[in-house]
Amino acid sequence: MDTDIRLIYDRPIGFTDVTTHYCPGCTHGVAHRLIAEVLEEMGELKNTIGVAPVGCSVFAYNYFDFDFVEAAHGRAPAMATGIKRTLPDKMVFTYQGDGDLASMGMGEIVAAAARGEQISVFFINNTNYGMTGGQMAPTTLPGQKTSSSPLGRDVETQGYPIRTAELMSSLDGASFVVRRSLHDARSIRNSKKAIRTAFEVQKQGLGFSFVELLSTCPTNWGMTPVNAREWLKEYMIPQYPIGDFKVSSAVEEIIKGG
Amino acid sequence: MALELIKGNVAVAETALRAGLVSYFGYPITPQTELLEHLSVRMPELGRAFVQAESELGAINMVYGAACTGLRTMTSSSSPGVSLMQEGLSYLAGTELPAVIVNVVRGGPGLGNIAPSQADYTQMVHGGGHGEYHLIVLAPASVQEAVDLTALTFDLAEKYRMVVCLLMDGYLGQMMEPVELPPFAPVRMKAPSWAVGAEHPDGERAVLTSINISPPVQEVFNVKMMSRWEEIEKSEVRYKGYYLDDAEYMVVGYGTAGRIALTSVRAAREKGIKIGLLRPITVSPFPVKVLEDLVPRMKGILVVEMNNGQMLDDVSAIVARRTPLHFYGRMGGVVPYPDEFTTAIEEMINGEHDVNRDARGAWLAKMRDLVGIGA
Repeated sequence: MDTDIRLIYDRPIGFTDVTTHYCPGCTHGVAHRLIAEVLEEMGELKNTIGVAPVGCSVFAYNYFDFDFVEAAHGRAPAMATGIKRTLPDKMVFTYQGDGDLASMGMGEIVAAAARGEQISVFFINNTNYGMTGGQMAPTTLPGQKTSSSPLGRDVETQGYPIRTAELMSSLDGASFVVRRSLHDARSIRNSKKAIRTAFEVQKQGLGFSFVELLSTCPTNWGMTPVNAREWLKEYMIPQYPIGDFKVSSAVEEIIKGG
Repeated sequence: MALELIKGNVAVAETALRAGLVSYFGYPITPQTELLEHLSVRMPELGRAFVQAESELGAINMVYGAACTGLRTMTSSSSPGVSLMQEGLSYLAGTELPAVIVNVVRGGPGLGNIAPSQADYTQMVHGGGHGEYHLIVLAPASVQEAVDLTALTFDLAEKYRMVVCLLMDGYLGQMMEPVELPPFAPVRMKAPSWAVGAEHPDGERAVLTSINISPPVQEVFNVKMMSRWEEIEKSEVRYKGYYLDDAEYMVVGYGTAGRIALTSVRAAREKGIKIGLLRPITVSPFPVKVLEDLVPRMKGILVVEMNNGQMLDDVSAIVARRTPLHFYGRMGGVVPYPDEFTTAIEEMINGEHDVNRDARGAWLAKMRDLVGIGA
């Protein structure tokens, strides 16, 4: 009897062959994989330059097997601007967490979007500063306990969470601004589609694209990976609804064209 | 080629463009703004990259990105803006990237004012960002010299893969002088193989970071950087000496202060005083050996600056109490008159030969009288 052995799941060719440093159950690996798969499918791996942030994904360049630079905290959109304006034919993206993008780098991200920079931004929202040990981020939910809001985020003294995608969508320079989630298979498939659209927007020179990805941080949340995904669904999505916040008419054409 | 009457900021901008500048990123700040304004027209006109950034932080990080492509890039600013850029300068240094920064220095600290100053000597020469690194810092004393040094800044940046600073002041930036601009150089669009987006040897990729998470690995990097700096100290010192051959006294000053000092030195020469002027052009690397060789035959050395004696500390370490050291400076954006330096020269010559004298203390006591505040 012939044995039918087929490889149905492998490391994307856009990945290096190294062991992950991310915690078990962390969705950074999923987000990385989706980006690598999309670039492979688009045939853009050799034409891409990534910009890594400061935070847990500071070492993103260890996993992606193409040219990469490492930005100062929050400044990835400025660095990407410098690269893209110099090499306009390259695919340039930033990969940033919520401390990096929505706190330290809010000025840079808003300005890059307002200028309509032809870059793609992937924004990982896991409601805390992962790398430094789970401190309060601009995205931390009201009442959420973190190591720097141990009694729960008190909005009276610590302010309110920022809905970053909604904020970015108000900028005329932004062409494609959406929020997706990485908590289950269906959401992950939808996230991949959005990542593909973001890169297509850039490839066709249609402006600034921004994909916020709701992510889990089981270690700092003090949960099992499965419970973390449930928590995301139950608490994060009501605060950060999944949706398309800005899709320019030119981008709609791409999406329809599929 | 004909001389043209051009403002310093514009002359530097146009020269950078002619030297093959591929991208410029900046932010408006007086007294540097004309540099940005000139390039806002000229760069797009020639199909090159220009962005007025959201802040100096944005500008220097755009430069950081552009420098990763290995193609010529620069920014310009003035003191408070350069303070904001220090983070980026440290990252550029830590990633070994070539870039040029023009600092048109103004009076400070804080918001200070928009008048000419040399108060950023320490910030540029001895670092200002975190960690340990050096910049090459060139200090012109005229618009023509700023033009002549501008192309050199890019060559040095690329030769050593480091940041080079053109250290001007509000005077040099705003003053119009007749200058001869260089002809257009070809724009180099071929990137070195270490750059992102460049062609790499088979199977290789470019990863440009300033991270060395392992301390021993970081130390290896630091030793390499220091060794390169040692080489630069040996081969890239630039200075100009005036009337030094038979000099018994010497003034040391750079940039605008050095230029004003030349007037005072000439006046003293007319009175038969054997005095010369050493004007460092590279204030970093400092002309240590040149000064070292001059010290033994000097009866006195006067340091002049438009700050509180920031270079004085460097000169003092070299002089090492072998000859009396004097200092005269104006601060806060006040530009000294040649007469003030002349008086300082006379006081040096008529003063007692005390190698242990406190140059800064003596100057500060005079300054208190001058500005009318008690001790």
